[in-house]
Amino acid sequence: MAYGNFLPAKMTPREAAWQLACNRRDFLRAATGAVLGSALMGPFARAVTLPKRRKAVVITFGGGARDQETFAAEGQENIPHLMRELIPQSTFFTQVVNRGILGHYVATASLATGVYETINNFASLPPEHPTAFEYFRKDLKRPSSDAWVVAPSNGFNRIGESSHRSYGSGLGARVLLPKHLLTAATSGGRDYQHLLRDNYETPFYAPELGGSEVELNQLEEILKLSVDEFKAHARTLSSPDELSVYIARQLMRQVAPSLLWITMHDIDIAHAGAYSLYIDGIRRTDRLCAEIWKAIESEPEYAGNTTMFILPDFGRDSDDDSGGNGFQHHRTGDTLSRTTWMMAMGAGVREGVVFDRAVDSTDLVPTLGSMLGFSASLAQGKPIHELL
Amino acid sequence: MLPSDLKPELFKNYPPEAREVVTRHIPALQGLPLSILPSLLREVIDYDFKFPAERKAVDRELANLKAISSDESAVWFAGFAKIKLNSALEDLDWINSPALFVEQLSAYLWTTHQLDAFRVAAVDYAARLEKAAPPVKPVIPRLGIAVIGQGVATPEEPLFRKLRAHGAYFNRIKPENGLRLLLSAVAVRATAHPEPYGHWYIDGGKAAEHDPVLTTVSYGDLEPARTALLRKMREEIDRPGMGPEALRTILAKLRPADLGLGTGDEVLNRFQIRLLTEGSGTQIFSTTFAQWAGRETLRRAQPLTLLVRFAPRQRQKPMNELLSANNDQIEFDPMGSLVDADMGAYYNWLNQQRLPGAEQSSFLVWFEDHGEALAIGPSMPRGTESASTADLAQVLSWMT
Repeated sequence: MAYGNFLPAKMTPREAAWQLACNRRDFLRAATGAVLGSALMGPFARAVTLPKRRKAVVITFGGGARDQETFAAEGQENIPHLMRELIPQSTFFTQVVNRGILGHYVATASLATGVYETINNFASLPPEHPTAFEYFRKDLKRPSSDAWVVAPSNGFNRIGESSHRSYGSGLGARVLLPKHLLTAATSGGRDYQHLLRDNYETPFYAPELGGSEVELNQLEEILKLSVDEFKAHARTLSSPDELSVYIARQLMRQVAPSLLWITMHDIDIAHAGAYSLYIDGIRRTDRLCAEIWKAIESEPEYAGNTTMFILPDFGRDSDDDSGGNGFQHHRTGDTLSRTTWMMAMGAGVREGVVFDRAVDSTDLVPTLGSMLGFSASLAQGKPIHELL
Repeated sequence: MLPSDLKPELFKNYPPEAREVVTRHIPALQGLPLSILPSLLREVIDYDFKFPAERKAVDRELANLKAISSDESAVWFAGFAKIKLNSALEDLDWINSPALFVEQLSAYLWTTHQLDAFRVAAVDYAARLEKAAPPVKPVIPRLGIAVIGQGVATPEEPLFRKLRAHGAYFNRIKPENGLRLLLSAVAVRATAHPEPYGHWYIDGGKAAEHDPVLTTVSYGDLEPARTALLRKMREEIDRPGMGPEALRTILAKLRPADLGLGTGDEVLNRFQIRLLTEGSGTQIFSTTFAQWAGRETLRRAQPLTLLVRFAPRQRQKPMNELLSANNDQIEFDPMGSLVDADMGAYYNWLNQQRLPGAEQSSFLVWFEDHGEALAIGPSMPRGTESASTADLAQVLSWMT
């Protein structure tokens, strides 16, 4: 068997995770002047502007990027916007551990429910536990227009609403799948298979839809955007994530949901094995995150009352793990692929602070709950007290 | 079906040599946990079509299983024995479809949060096996060569950044006839130390003229097979009920003849088919193909010599171009391919260093048709730069 020749590194997973966290912390402190959080539990939180309703925007920095291409010294050139513009304004967690299944749909579903979901990553299935959107809408009696997901692929069409019997039907988020809309808008035209492939893990396969996603004929009604305008603008964009951000901005402007979840996916081109395209994806995602923050700051409904979270759903395989092929996949379950980071910024969040204690991917939903005022009663994670 | 139920007649569908090997070791296999046995059978079932190094590894492992006592076996496989399986896995035909079992086991381990425990058990077992039956060192130190940057005049970023700390950087290499010198040097090694599948030349484009003593794989020569594979995949995807896992199972069953590789070296043809059906992106990007082919050659054939030449891959068109009217023409992306290949060369070196005899191995990466190269080996000072003027044959002579 192959085990004999290709042994992984000797460091234990816990040691490796700690090393990752320390590297990120040291680098951030050197590069941005951020201070260690435990020394600064105090009065530097950005005030929440009242009486506007508090809002939250969650961006998954997807689909997974490693330290050496982002926060390690040699990777900083790929994330200039995060480094120079966003991190100085944020509270940064250096060690966010994902203990679940490392497939993009199931991992994003786990982030959205606060429970490590075990659904088939490639099937069109809803999460089994209530999502943040359901808690939010049920507890706070919010309409469906107040919780939205913008996601890259058909595989994410069920992410807005769980199958849980106490929540589920009618209580979830509306879902926008920009690539799906573009497919519909361009049907009958040229073959856009290459552009519109569903994801990079299974590039030749797209699950059938069946959730509460928005259809093309609702584009004008909801986003005040004609199909022709949509198609024309799509022709000016270079990637599906750019399309997602364009749609998200339209949504913010026209609907202004209080809970908005944007899933990025361009980075996952790494599955095709071309390192340069993976790096291009990181650089584009870095730029798009900054654009979303600018939109938050410039939209009257969002400016001053919005907290933005950015986190990868997980990392990618280490070069040192012989069971994988480095950056290309996230199949080994090694420490590098499980340990990521999170930044929070905006309303109620301290600026320029770094925490290296381990937090869990499933802590996001309870934290959102504490911020927005709902109870994530079935989530496994715990609220991150440094953000509250 | 459990391992304790194994009988020789259950292996009647195995190819002849695999059947002979496995039936000689049935008592040793009966004591293994089901969580690990199909992984071993997955290697054994392809025994007839494996490279010599792989056959030796299987023989070594089976001989060791036969040699250890049942008490020792219990200790060696204690971690695997603790893995809890379900009846669906037990009911699979894991004797005749061990790869399918392993694929489903992998998904099951993720779902049941047992993957980490399985990894610990696997690492522990590998360490014991290596200690009890150490792999054989190569007859001569290995040599790896990567040729990168075809078609690029000036790189946008410094080259070999990940490798520089490990070797000597040269910036005045005489590039004339560089590829020919390298291929000649590789052929000389192959002639002096003949070994089946011991000396390889992989090209991400069309293979350059070379000595037939080398085992050769090229992306260009596999174009008909790649086209046939993509057509086959599209046909399968269009079938009702098809999903990614079912598609993978179908691809795993493809044989060389299914993709037009029905004649010639069966072992090499099967290897090439696997590069295309198991490698992600190998059907589309030549740089991915070259890197993955290098990785798999090192992992499976454990060659004494490996030369991988990267070629420009097709350009990934941005969305706006795909939406425009004329998007059918394939264009190339030499600069992006150089970045891919630079990383690919680093991975080739990492994978070479995972093989026995790593401390004596050497590695050369050259920016094709240019004066930059980097040499790693026991005789090359690490983290240094040299402004010496030399051709690639001279650099190789300093390395080996």
